[in-house]
Amino acid sequence: MKLDDKKRVLREMVLARRFEERCYQAYIERKIGGFLHLYPGQEACVSGVMEAARPGYDYVITGYRDHVHAIQCGADPKAVMAELYGKETGSSKGRGGSMHIFDAAHHFMGGYALVGGPFPLAAGIAKGIQMKGGDEICICFLGDAANNQGTFHETMNMAKLWNLPVLFICENNQYGIGTAIDRSTAVVDQFKRVCGYGIEAAQCDGQDFDIVYEHAKAAVSHVRGRKGPYFLEVMTYRYRGHSMSDSRAYRTREEEELWKQRDPIFILRDRLIDAGALTQEAFVALEKEIDAYIENEVIKFAEESPEPDVSELARYVLA
Amino acid sequence: MAEMMYWEAIRRAHDEEMARDPLVICMGEDIGVAGGTYKATKGLFEKYGPLRVIDTPISENSFTGLGIGASFLGVRPIIEIMSVNFAWLATDQIINTAAKVRYMSGGQLSAPVVIRSPGGTAHQLGAQHSARMEKVFMGIAGLRVVTPSSPRQAYGLLKSAIRSDDPVFINEHELMYNMKGDVPEDEYFHPLEGSEVARPGTDVTLFGYNISVHWCIKAAEILAKQHGINAEVVDLYALSPLDRQGIKRSVAKTHRAVIAEEDEGPVGVGAEVIAIINEECFFELDAAPVRVHAANVPIPYNHTLEQAAIPDHEDIVKAVLQLFGKA
Repeated sequence: MKLDDKKRVLREMVLARRFEERCYQAYIERKIGGFLHLYPGQEACVSGVMEAARPGYDYVITGYRDHVHAIQCGADPKAVMAELYGKETGSSKGRGGSMHIFDAAHHFMGGYALVGGPFPLAAGIAKGIQMKGGDEICICFLGDAANNQGTFHETMNMAKLWNLPVLFICENNQYGIGTAIDRSTAVVDQFKRVCGYGIEAAQCDGQDFDIVYEHAKAAVSHVRGRKGPYFLEVMTYRYRGHSMSDSRAYRTREEEELWKQRDPIFILRDRLIDAGALTQEAFVALEKEIDAYIENEVIKFAEESPEPDVSELARYVLA
Repeated sequence: MAEMMYWEAIRRAHDEEMARDPLVICMGEDIGVAGGTYKATKGLFEKYGPLRVIDTPISENSFTGLGIGASFLGVRPIIEIMSVNFAWLATDQIINTAAKVRYMSGGQLSAPVVIRSPGGTAHQLGAQHSARMEKVFMGIAGLRVVTPSSPRQAYGLLKSAIRSDDPVFINEHELMYNMKGDVPEDEYFHPLEGSEVARPGTDVTLFGYNISVHWCIKAAEILAKQHGINAEVVDLYALSPLDRQGIKRSVAKTHRAVIAEEDEGPVGVGAEVIAIINEECFFELDAAPVRVHAANVPIPYNHTLEQAAIPDHEDIVKAVLQLFGKA
């Protein structure tokens, strides 16, 4: 991968981080309602996978921690923020909210709020691809806790049985809401759980973009080559709580600090600095530039956009 | 017109639509090689192959979700759930995804799936194979619910449901698959909304749907012959949306209403129809509307208890006679 491409990826990861931190602020200011699940700490997962895939072409589906996945598929950050603000210009016209970002034009098939719900939908999208004969793949990003739903097992079975072009990315952030994985799950290595279904699987570090990218390339190539489904477990950590109402009483600050030592953005930044492709000053400038973009364009757009018209309350219920 | 059985009518709709559109597929337990528990997909596996006629594992929620996901890309799955009692397991995908995805995506995605399933009490199948679910699904925004009472409707409603861009739940009945009736020989699309007057009358309206339409017709014949009461029978083949105008039209004519359903009474079709009568035409009523429904018990195994739990045409006759002060 070229250094320029890595610099672009770093920029995307910084945007993802700053976008989410700005959401946090907007939530505190009560500009954003409902539940809000933020992504900081996990950026290398989606960036590494989408860099290996074809964003906007391959289909992507995920759970409720979905803003960054949508943006990485090509959704306009302005439309995503406007959705969080509940505006008519939002990606789902203000009808979805944080947990239901959609951008069908970029093949981002949605955020869903039921844990494990997207598993069969992903297999179904893959079935649709199979029926239509294209070479797209469907990528399903879910957390480790989703694997304790029946849909995980039912879907793995069908995906393998029918050789569907679906790539399951398990972003293992070690907690299902507020319960540690070893307190909820008998086998903590998630990739081992699909072996019983005969699905190819691997596990890798999710904090290092380069490592995720290398593993994802192999996974994407397997699925695009129509060799069947693939399950990639990426080991990661979310810095913030499950949602905004989470005080993180179930884990120690020391554990959090330990993970922040391996921050995905800093790992990539330092690698680029070491390679002479970036300076610390340039990185600080990049952060400032992105903050200014978010404030002056993204937030401004969300703030200034119109509310949905109440007369259209019942629109989109039926065709 | 051609006389055919209810299952043959459903099979014909599958076959015609699959021949027309390569993206129409069907899936469910035992529908392929085995030809379907009620033969509704007989011979289709041989004709269209395993990619389009899919024998699924016994994983109702996930194979339903898989069909819904495929529908996002324009595939038109007809999903058979072998018994509606198993559809409880699929409510997450039907309700949380199929019914809501259009709305929560701001109109970007839709789930044009058809979910067919037989519900109701057959012959001593016990509590977990005799339930009905239409009252659950008809209360969910974003889902259409229809329920054929004849082979003609079974054929025409399925044809329309496959072409619809909305998710459609079709409630069938295990006891009705061998029922014979006339079906148009030409292609026929039954509307997904509305109601039909199955028997015109002037004195009281008997509202039924699916199997209870037949109880209503039988009751109307007895009422006419033995009691001089001319009952109108209205077939509510569309349960969601219910035909408010059709209900109003008939009650405004007869001024009396009895609603017959095989399901338990609470939060049911009868309750909903009475609410609509209250809202649309309360002052047309000459008497309080009456519900005829199953006892509020899990359906028992014992034959005598089972028969005691579910209503029939005699219960409808009795209810009408009470309405006229004749019992």
